[in-house]
Amino acid sequence: MRNRINEAHEAFEEEDSSSEATQRSVVVPGEVIVSGEDYLPSDGTRRVQDKIVSTRFGLAEVAGRVVKVLAISGAFIPRRNNVVIGRVKDITFNGWLLDIDSASSGFLPIEESPRFINKNEMDQFLAIGDVVAAKIWGVKPKGIDLTLKGRGLGKLEGGFIFRVIPSRVPRIIGREGSMVSLIKEKTGCNITVGQNGWVWIKGNDLDAEIKARKAVEYIADKVFISGLTEKMEEWFSKN
Amino acid sequence: MTKETFKRPDGRKLTELRPMIAKAGVVPNADGSAMFAFGNTIAIAAVYGPRLLHPQHMQDPSTAILRCNYDLLSFSVSDRKKPGPNRRAQEISKVTEWALLPVLELKEFPNTVIDVQVYIIQADAGTRTAGINAASMALAHAGVPMRDLVCSVAVGKMDKTLVVDLTKEEEDFEEGEGATDFAVAKVANSDEFTLLQLDGKIEPETVKEITRLATKACKEIYDVQKKALKDLVENGKEDKKK
Repeated sequence: MRNRINEAHEAFEEEDSSSEATQRSVVVPGEVIVSGEDYLPSDGTRRVQDKIVSTRFGLAEVAGRVVKVLAISGAFIPRRNNVVIGRVKDITFNGWLLDIDSASSGFLPIEESPRFINKNEMDQFLAIGDVVAAKIWGVKPKGIDLTLKGRGLGKLEGGFIFRVIPSRVPRIIGREGSMVSLIKEKTGCNITVGQNGWVWIKGNDLDAEIKARKAVEYIADKVFISGLTEKMEEWFSKN
Repeated sequence: MTKETFKRPDGRKLTELRPMIAKAGVVPNADGSAMFAFGNTIAIAAVYGPRLLHPQHMQDPSTAILRCNYDLLSFSVSDRKKPGPNRRAQEISKVTEWALLPVLELKEFPNTVIDVQVYIIQADAGTRTAGINAASMALAHAGVPMRDLVCSVAVGKMDKTLVVDLTKEEEDFEEGEGATDFAVAKVANSDEFTLLQLDGKIEPETVKEITRLATKACKEIYDVQKKALKDLVENGKEDKKK
C-alpha cells in the first residue's frame, strides 16, 4: 500500500489544464495575450503598460481576470507539494541528499522519515542508490526540503524507473489520477509518477511492466490531444 | 553602380532574405532545442538547464548564468575545418551570450547555469545570426522565462549598395569598396539591439539605414520563429486526425 501514488494533491495541478471552459492559445515569449487594465498577470506573464505579455512558451489561459501561461516543455521546476522520485546520492549526519533531477538537490532530514531511525544506522533505511518517492515540503534558494510523511511516499523497492518529459506529467496522471489508475487497472502494475518526470513501475511480471511503460510513453507522446482517456481504452483493447 | 542596376549573385532583391526554415524540438535529449536555416546556412541549438553549476566558484547566488558555446563543425565548410574551439568560435560564443542575455529573466534560478550549444552543420555566411535565431527559439522551447524572442540578421554593403542577409559569395565581393558585413540582433517586439558587429568600412550615417533594414528583416524572421514554436503544438494536434 505504501507505494500507491498520492493522487489527491497531484490532481490540483491538472485541474487547470483539463477544464474545457477556459479558452487557451499557444504563445511565445513577448507575445501580447490580452490588453486591458482589468487583467491580473499570474505565472509566466508580466504587465507592460496596459497589456499582459507572456514571458514563456506555453499555453496561455485567461480564467476570469487572471492570465497565466502553462508550460508545455522544458526542465522540471520544483514546487511545494510536488511528489518527486529521487535517488539517494549521499548520507549526511542528519539526513539524506537526493538527486531529484532538478537544478538543486533535495534534502530529506531524518526527522521527516515515517518512523524512528537510529542515526548510526541510517543506511539500513535508505542506502546510497536507493530510489525514493518523496514530497517537496519547501523550496528555498539554498535547496529543496523533502518529506516522507504522506500517503504513497517512501522507498521504492523492485520494479524499474524511467524518465518522461516533466511537462507531460499532469497528462499522465490525468484528471484526479484517472489516467494513471486506468493503466494500473489494465496492467495490474503499481505505478508512481513523480512531477520531475521519473516514473516507477512494478508489476507481477515483466510483460505487464513493459506494457505499462509503453502506455505511459504513449501518453507522453500524444500530449496535445483531448479525450485521451477514451483513446487509451482503445489502445489497451488493441494491445 | 546604382541601386536599380545592382544584381545580387543569386538574383535576390536587395532587401530579400534567403528562404528560412525553422523547427523546434529537434534534439530529444535537450530541455529545449531548435533548428534555424538561412538558405544554405543551418544552425542547431540545444539548451540544457537550469541545472547546478560546476565548478562551484562560478556560481552566482543572485542569478543563473548563461553559457553559450558556438561550434562550426568541421564538415560545415567546403574545406574541412580543424575541429575544436578557436579564437573565432570563442568570440562568437561570447557575442551570442551577450545577444541573448538582455531578454532572459534568470533571477529565479540562483546558483545554476543554462547551457546553450550552437552547432553550425552547414555554413554559407551569417552563421552567428542563424545561431542566435536558433538559440533564442531553443531557450523559449526550454521554458526559460524571457521577455521576448531575439531575431538576428546580417546587413551588408557590396561596394555602395546595402543588401540584407549576405551569402559567402557576397561576403567575398571585392569590386569598388569591397564588402562590409554588419551583424545585428534585435529584441523582436521592441527597438532594442543586442548585437551590432561590424566587419569592414562604413559611414556613420549608413548605420541608421542598416538598423532600419535589419528591423524590417527581423520582423520576417520573428514570424518564422513564432510559427515554428507554435507548430510544435499544432502538429501534436494533427495526430488526432490520422
